[in-house]
Amino acid sequence: MKTIRTSALAATAAFGLAISANATELTIAIVNNGHMINMQKVAEAYTAETGVSLNWVALEEGVLREQVTSDTATGGGQYDIINIGMQEAPIWGAAGWIEPLNFGSSYDMDDILPAIRAGLSHEGTMYAAPFYGESSMVMYRKDLTDAAGVTIRDSDSWANIKGAAAAMHNPDNGVYGACLRGKPGWGDNMAFITTVVNSFGGAWFAADMRPTIDTAAWEEAINFYVDLLGNYGPPGSEGNSFNEILALYNEGKCGMWIDATIAASFLTVDGVAYAQSPNAGNPVGANWLWAWAMAVPAGSPNADAAKAFIEWATSKDYVQAVGNHPDFGWGSVPTGQRASTYALPEFQAVAGFAAAEMAAIESAAPAATDLKPYVGVQFAAIPEFPEVGIAVAQEMAAALSGAKSVKDALAASQSAADAIMSEAGYY
Amino acid sequence: MVAVVNKSTFSKVFWPVLAWTVAIVFFFPIFWMVLTSFKTDADAVKPEYLIVFTPTLENYLNMIENYDFWRFAKNSVITSLFATAFTLFVGVPAAYAMAFNPSRHTKDILIWMLSTKMLPAAAVLYPMTFLTKNILGLFDTHFLIIIVLSLINLPIVIWMLFTYFKEIPKEIIEAGKMDGVSIWGEIKDIVLPLAWGGLASTALLCFIFCWNEAYWTVRLTTIDAATLSKLIEGNRAPEGLFFGRLSAVSTAAVGPIVVLGWFCQKQLVQGLTFGAVK
Repeated sequence: MKTIRTSALAATAAFGLAISANATELTIAIVNNGHMINMQKVAEAYTAETGVSLNWVALEEGVLREQVTSDTATGGGQYDIINIGMQEAPIWGAAGWIEPLNFGSSYDMDDILPAIRAGLSHEGTMYAAPFYGESSMVMYRKDLTDAAGVTIRDSDSWANIKGAAAAMHNPDNGVYGACLRGKPGWGDNMAFITTVVNSFGGAWFAADMRPTIDTAAWEEAINFYVDLLGNYGPPGSEGNSFNEILALYNEGKCGMWIDATIAASFLTVDGVAYAQSPNAGNPVGANWLWAWAMAVPAGSPNADAAKAFIEWATSKDYVQAVGNHPDFGWGSVPTGQRASTYALPEFQAVAGFAAAEMAAIESAAPAATDLKPYVGVQFAAIPEFPEVGIAVAQEMAAALSGAKSVKDALAASQSAADAIMSEAGYY
Repeated sequence: MVAVVNKSTFSKVFWPVLAWTVAIVFFFPIFWMVLTSFKTDADAVKPEYLIVFTPTLENYLNMIENYDFWRFAKNSVITSLFATAFTLFVGVPAAYAMAFNPSRHTKDILIWMLSTKMLPAAAVLYPMTFLTKNILGLFDTHFLIIIVLSLINLPIVIWMLFTYFKEIPKEIIEAGKMDGVSIWGEIKDIVLPLAWGGLASTALLCFIFCWNEAYWTVRLTTIDAATLSKLIEGNRAPEGLFFGRLSAVSTAAVGPIVVLGWFCQKQLVQGLTFGAVK
């Protein structure tokens, strides 16, 4: 009897061990956007096929950054896969906080859009795989430009953009010429403002990483931004970011909107036309570049399984899986990631913005140059940038609301940025 | 005489109107949230469907089927209940000691306890994360959340109980002592029955604070101990308008508290206004 009981116990233990050995569980921290929400559903097929169960932790962008940063920095291994952006990927890769990603030949690494791939790499090694990428572009109401007798061209001059905004501006009928980000935040108003500054020939830092916010280019750019949005934007623009403007646009209240290309897939009004971002002639360009990507923290005990999942979730097969999924379809496939997606006739048929988005991403210039001695278009890929960006963002919002003059806001920004960079030991 | 009548009529009309106006202003966001929860995400932002729309349960079904709502709800119930119980377990004797056996440092201790509420939570985020995850191994456990919620609410609970206990005449306690009642007997048989209303309202408020806490419950959990606050947080999106979905999750999260508050409003008001007018 004792032998039978011992054997049964041993068999149960062995069975339990076998189950625990096979049952890999991945915990994935994701930003809450449409593509990632869809992925949770599409990935049910992955679990069915591989037996790997997936725990999704959806977080708001700011909280995600906070949690993922503290987890990765403390080597906690709380998550097996994390969503990070272009600002973090090269820095964390260089610091050894995330694993390098090397996938098999079937992954077709060369299919990843070069600008996106470069932005997620450090010294040629990719540390995060993109699941969606974006640039910025002009989205405008063709009916209003036609009625006003104005045109908006690709890479238009800012003067023409201002003229078009003035022509469409009709607040008595609830239509505002230009809707732009004004809400303070390094990823909010500063994303747009930085592209304007770039196009006027300005940059965040000089070659020695001293802030250059007190230069003439910044002053010209911010005066233009405050003038454009103050005169032809909706009231209370200092509280508007992506979501607020999206709601305004879909209510038909915006003549034009210059923002992330992903916005095009959320627009429900008819007659939207697209153009490449305006420029004041600077080769750095005025369209930003961003990607949300998946990375494996160095502390993850399931690194191999995590990499295998990322390989699937950012592959061409995944794009097909979303396109053919009964709940989603080709209008929901992740964009700004792979060149092959834009060549798919099914995708082209439903995405009127595809060509404009692809052109915007391809023309973005995140690399460091003499004009802009750091990586990144609408941000600088240095750890201190979020702190600098937030400080300046508050000043820009104050200038927009009229609480401060542009000159005073720029002086305060320069002083704050200088203190942060100096304290960080750059000079 | 005319002036008295006019004043009386004015008071009869003015104060109820003011009270109703304030009540409507405070209630309106909740009403709007509930209304939006029955709209699709697309309808939620369309002005033409502001009031008149086709109601749908889509958001609620989605929440239950795809977001594991019951796991979050269960964690909220467990952590809030146990944290409230633990806070009272520690808070009642502490408040008793300070109310009936004060020393010359009692006032300083009370002020010091309250001052801990002035520490910005973000200032200790990194040490808390590091300590609980890398050293104590308590990250994402019910135990950790219960302890954290208890410690957050302990100063308020002790202050409230201290105020209630101070209202009990000392003579009653002294009479009990003369009859040979033990300290535990004093608390159980004299203080608690006399301060029952205050204790109930303190417990209620503590439970509500625990349920609504959204800084640490979001940041010190991943899966196992994640509460409804984390579910709400996960439905906020910087790029995309998911107001219908977010409203459904928020409605489901605040629903139990609103119902609880409705049934216990008398105790809550008593608890919040106690000692305000003397």
